[in-house]
Amino acid sequence: MNAIIISALWGVVMMFSGVITTSKSAIRNLAVLGIIILLAANILDLGGNHFFPIDTHNMLDFETFGLLFNTIAFASSLLFFLLSAKDIENVGINYSEYFSLIFFVLCGVSIATSFNTLLMLFIGIEIISIPLYILTGSDKRNLKSNEASLKYLLMGAFSTGIMLLGIAFLYGASGTGTFFIDAIASDRSSASPLFIVGLLLLLVSMSFKVSAAPFHFWTPDVYDGAPSVFTSFMATIVKAAVFIAFIRLFGDAFGERLIRWQFFVALIIAATLLIGNITAVFQQSVKRMLAYSSIAQAGFMLFALLTLNSYAKDGIILYTAAYCLATIGIFAILIKMKDHSFEAYNGLAKHQPALAAVNTIFLLSLAGIPLTAGFFAKYYMLISALKTGQFLWLVILAVLCAAVSVYYYFRIIQAMYFKDGEPGEISASSSFKTVLIVIAVIIVLLGVFPQWLLDKLNILYL
Amino acid sequence: MIPVLLIVIPLLSGLVSFMLKSSTGAKNWALFSSIITLIVSLIGLNLQKTSAYLQFDASWLPGLGSSFAVGLDGMSKILSFLTALSFPVIFVATYRDEYKNANNFYALMLLSQTGLMGVFLANDALLFYFFWELALIPVYFLCSIWGGEKRIQATFKFFIYTFVGSLLMLVGLIYIYLKTPEHSFSLKAFYGMNQRLSGHDQSWLFWLFFIAFAIKMPIFPFHTWQPDTYEQSPTAVTMVLSGIMVKMGLFGLLRWLGPVVATGTWVWGDTASALCIIGMIYASLIAMQQDDLKRLIAYSSIAHIGLMCLAIFATTQTGLQGVMIQMFNHGINIIGLWIVVDLIERQFHTRKISELGGLAQKAPSLAIMLVVVALANVALPLTNAFVGEFLMFSGVYSSDATKYNVVFTVVAGISIILSAIYTLNMIQKVFFGNTNALTANAKDIKLNEKIILAVIIVAILLIGVFPKPMLEMTKESVDVILAKMNIKL
Repeated sequence: MNAIIISALWGVVMMFSGVITTSKSAIRNLAVLGIIILLAANILDLGGNHFFPIDTHNMLDFETFGLLFNTIAFASSLLFFLLSAKDIENVGINYSEYFSLIFFVLCGVSIATSFNTLLMLFIGIEIISIPLYILTGSDKRNLKSNEASLKYLLMGAFSTGIMLLGIAFLYGASGTGTFFIDAIASDRSSASPLFIVGLLLLLVSMSFKVSAAPFHFWTPDVYDGAPSVFTSFMATIVKAAVFIAFIRLFGDAFGERLIRWQFFVALIIAATLLIGNITAVFQQSVKRMLAYSSIAQAGFMLFALLTLNSYAKDGIILYTAAYCLATIGIFAILIKMKDHSFEAYNGLAKHQPALAAVNTIFLLSLAGIPLTAGFFAKYYMLISALKTGQFLWLVILAVLCAAVSVYYYFRIIQAMYFKDGEPGEISASSSFKTVLIVIAVIIVLLGVFPQWLLDKLNILYL
Repeated sequence: MIPVLLIVIPLLSGLVSFMLKSSTGAKNWALFSSIITLIVSLIGLNLQKTSAYLQFDASWLPGLGSSFAVGLDGMSKILSFLTALSFPVIFVATYRDEYKNANNFYALMLLSQTGLMGVFLANDALLFYFFWELALIPVYFLCSIWGGEKRIQATFKFFIYTFVGSLLMLVGLIYIYLKTPEHSFSLKAFYGMNQRLSGHDQSWLFWLFFIAFAIKMPIFPFHTWQPDTYEQSPTAVTMVLSGIMVKMGLFGLLRWLGPVVATGTWVWGDTASALCIIGMIYASLIAMQQDDLKRLIAYSSIAHIGLMCLAIFATTQTGLQGVMIQMFNHGINIIGLWIVVDLIERQFHTRKISELGGLAQKAPSLAIMLVVVALANVALPLTNAFVGEFLMFSGVYSSDATKYNVVFTVVAGISIILSAIYTLNMIQKVFFGNTNALTANAKDIKLNEKIILAVIIVAILLIGVFPKPMLEMTKESVDVILAKMNIKL
């Protein structure tokens, strides 16, 4: 509850900060302060300190899993602000409003990770989506940004419609007049066609939101068209949050009827892995490559949905952390480059050895090389799937796709280290580098002691 | 304690080396560190096998059933000693090579030593996998930054190949882990599985592991990365790759595949042996056509490794003893060959056999040294390789594990004859005959190069006439492996 209220309030504060002051650094510091408060409040929430004793009539359920993820999301947002808040200046003139929208998105994130009825899920997802439509189109004079925004809006509205339809079917199927998750879980009418149709519609719409194939077509265009700073935010924190909602929904509401929909998820995973990885190989722009890489990574994250065992729950927390950290870092460096091509990275190791080194660690982590967080993230996903004992084909496919992913991640490493070139002026302040190095160190630490994160977060809760 | 030191010394000195400024400083630092590692390894060799200093087990990932368990048994002793010995030899032999950003070069070399040590010492499957990958990353950067003209493509091919293999192995490891009753990655738990895993499981698990190891060794048809990578890598790295890294594959077969997936190994033994045989003949025939010294040695290495792999699948006492000792021999012999190639290339800036000739007149010491090493490559009696190959051949011939033992022995024997042909042919063309414009002013080798080659030759002859200590050291490991591999159906 703490996070929902504070993020909403702080969004309003940020909105008016633009009226009171024109100093960009003041606005920036205010945003950083806000995110720190948000993070602290959420951690206190985990420890049982609820600031706002509001009766939600059981419509929201603040369980550990969601709050754990919130912590990761807010911590990632903090790092995102520290790295890229300055670059938001270059997007347009409404500096404070951008921050405001980001806080509203975070409010949606906290609702989506703690919903207990389908209505709250819907509201959460919408609160996430609407500010994102605006952020995507915030580079008003850029045609690509406009196109991306419109595309995102249309596709997003479409998938929201499908989601509502699914919710309506479930409501009708139960006949009890309730949207509560536990009521749906214990619904006896679950074999009815209405129920199954509702379930599948929800599966489709959520796959849409996490850009799983074959519902991924909007992703490359939107991620490519949006200003890079916001792509970074969308591709990491937001995407991960929707994943958590996805897993909570299917785990809590439909977990006992896993058999009925598991095979569909397996097909979606196979398609997502293949399309994401293979298409990423052919990209000429790093930004577009990262968009496809985010689809490919979603394929791996979906394993948690497929299996829903204890490995999956631990694993998805670790996966979102590993994925967010690495991708935010890569985007922060990408924003500083002169253009988005692979060639722009040529010779970076010679001119900016520190940036090249941390970027390498981020890329290795995304590729899932041992000694980085990404390895254990993938490891948990694989072990959760093998534990079920029936998806060996999918696991083999996944590791082959992981090998393909090495190809496109390593293209950047090759450009940085093995090719000569002039990367141009890169304005990397020492604090920027320090934050990146901190992220890299966290990634390596998680790669050696993955349980540290899970244990630490659990201790806070207990 | 000893195994931990063997891993930690190169790791820390490697990290320190990144910080060093001067290139000579980095060079000397790396040499110093590798000599310390060698001393530690020698101490380890001389400890009693019951000594508490040879085992180490610390909690690492209790929740995942994995611990930081490292230990030295006979087989790890031999291979970690090979690793510890090779690095100082390589550093001295390439002492004159100058590298750009030498501190990074030596740092990565030391990190690859860390990975290799870890692979040979790990008593935990997940740890083994970790080091297996860690050995690869530094080598990838070493080849891609300091390699030849086509280095980026060649190394990338190598990387992708081995990465695919190791991911498949990871799936296999996790599968077995989930089947262990106590959910543990420890070697003991894995060895307990060879009766528990069903025959059906074993028959596909075998391939997940075997492909990973076959790529590393490499075994036909997974070998295509190897000649390109050897050719394009800087010589020091080629020595690491061919001298030590290929042993990772053989080691993996011996420690993690044969004893764990025994039924699978038995079922597919003939198929795998056939691949080895095909590879041996095929590689030998290609080696005969090569004009480039590096490629010739690369193909010759495929043939020799094929024989070792064949002997593993024969599952006999003599054969496995031969493999153990030959893993070490092949390591020092091939490093000796690379040193000679490096000396030639540095002086004449070419590796083409056709452009060289008559070197024996101008550089007699080099010629003598090369001939000894080359004869060891052909496995002439009195050299170390004779002991190993003889044991392996007798092992394959007397094998009960296959019906085709005679065929395998005969065909493998042909490849040895072929190896004599291309090796002697190479010696003849490079060292004898008339000098040409390029080699007319050839100089003989310097003292430090003489010393290094002499060390290798002494080792070759010593093991050739007195292999007993090594055979005794590995006997116990062989017995353990055989006890697990010889299943009664």
